[in-house]
Amino acid sequence: MIGASKIKQYSNVLEKPLSKGKQEVSLSAFAFLFSELVQYNQTQVDNIAELERRLEDAGYAVGARCLELLCHREKCVMFMPFWLSQGNRRETRLLGILSFVHSTVWKVLFGKVADSLEKGTEHEDEYMISEKELLVNRFISIPKDMGTFNCGAFVAGIVRGVLDSAGFPAVVTAHFVPMEGQQRPRTTILIKFAEEVLRREARLG
Amino acid sequence: MAPAGPRSGDAIFASVERVNAELFTLTYGAIVRQLLTDLEEVDEVNKQLDQMGYNIGIRLVDEFLAKSNVSRCVDFKETAEVSAKVGFKMFLGVGASVTNWDAEGTCCSIVLEDNPLVDFVELPDTCQGLYYCNVLSGVIRGALEMVSVCPPMPLSPSLFIVFLGLLTSLPCLFDVYICSLELPF
Repeated sequence: MIGASKIKQYSNVLEKPLSKGKQEVSLSAFAFLFSELVQYNQTQVDNIAELERRLEDAGYAVGARCLELLCHREKCVMFMPFWLSQGNRRETRLLGILSFVHSTVWKVLFGKVADSLEKGTEHEDEYMISEKELLVNRFISIPKDMGTFNCGAFVAGIVRGVLDSAGFPAVVTAHFVPMEGQQRPRTTILIKFAEEVLRREARLG
Repeated sequence: MAPAGPRSGDAIFASVERVNAELFTLTYGAIVRQLLTDLEEVDEVNKQLDQMGYNIGIRLVDEFLAKSNVSRCVDFKETAEVSAKVGFKMFLGVGASVTNWDAEGTCCSIVLEDNPLVDFVELPDTCQGLYYCNVLSGVIRGALEMVSVCPPMPLSPSLFIVFLGLLTSLPCLFDVYICSLELPF
């Protein structure tokens, strides 16, 4: 009968206990969903830049929520003494938030830490997170006429969402970097921090 | 060599590559949000979600058939059972159950106890009438159409209204009403 349910219905989603985050779905389910996201956005735009921007916006929403989720989850480490728990501490330093993105966020979302985190050589405000093959690009091949389009813009959006919500505004883009001896190019997420972040970092010493 | 028998949903799920369900959940949320911003009308969004699900379903069924090794189902009851037990399990990692059979055996409900799509989601008042999980209806419709079970009308997520409308937060319970009126069996 309709309404006969064994599950306790919470009136408010915020009252529902936070899950451990160990649930999984198959990679193909995610890949299908992501391909529909890209295909839908392709119908809504006229050019590549607009498509990348829309994917980034979608990723931004994911990133902002991801940060909140991870922070809440770390706080819920009930039985650890305060000084041992990672939670209750907000990242305020540049390297801190970068390593949070590179390790924790990547591990939670993609199952592994990012391949590398580098500081840009040309500019002070640039950092790069590199990945041999982004999860979202696994089953995607870009036709030649789409030029430098990279579906990793979605991941760039996620990173921007995390950084922005953590108080580190930045411009984040995804680029393909061809590698010697490898068929598929590497993907680099380029993070360019805003002026205010660098000034604050300098002030903090 | 004897052909391999059909594999259980759990076994297949354990053998495929998996990703964190939260990435999946949040990506789906981003899609629905984008649709709501672009289309504004809740009915349009429902249609678009169904269409997206349909596009997924027509390709997903190939993977399903390849990985699960099921033999041809003899009747609709078996089709529903296999979709619920094997199909949902191998893609979403959660089993579903089939209930609410009608007298002729052409209509049923597939119930998901634990739907990864609706984690953390709460529908605001402006979105009443939104079938948040409509993509799942589309997937089933697409998949069934590809294997020649042709619903003459789009799958009716009418029971969504009952469950989703009653609750401002999305339930762990998800209902799909499959009305398959033309059975080639």
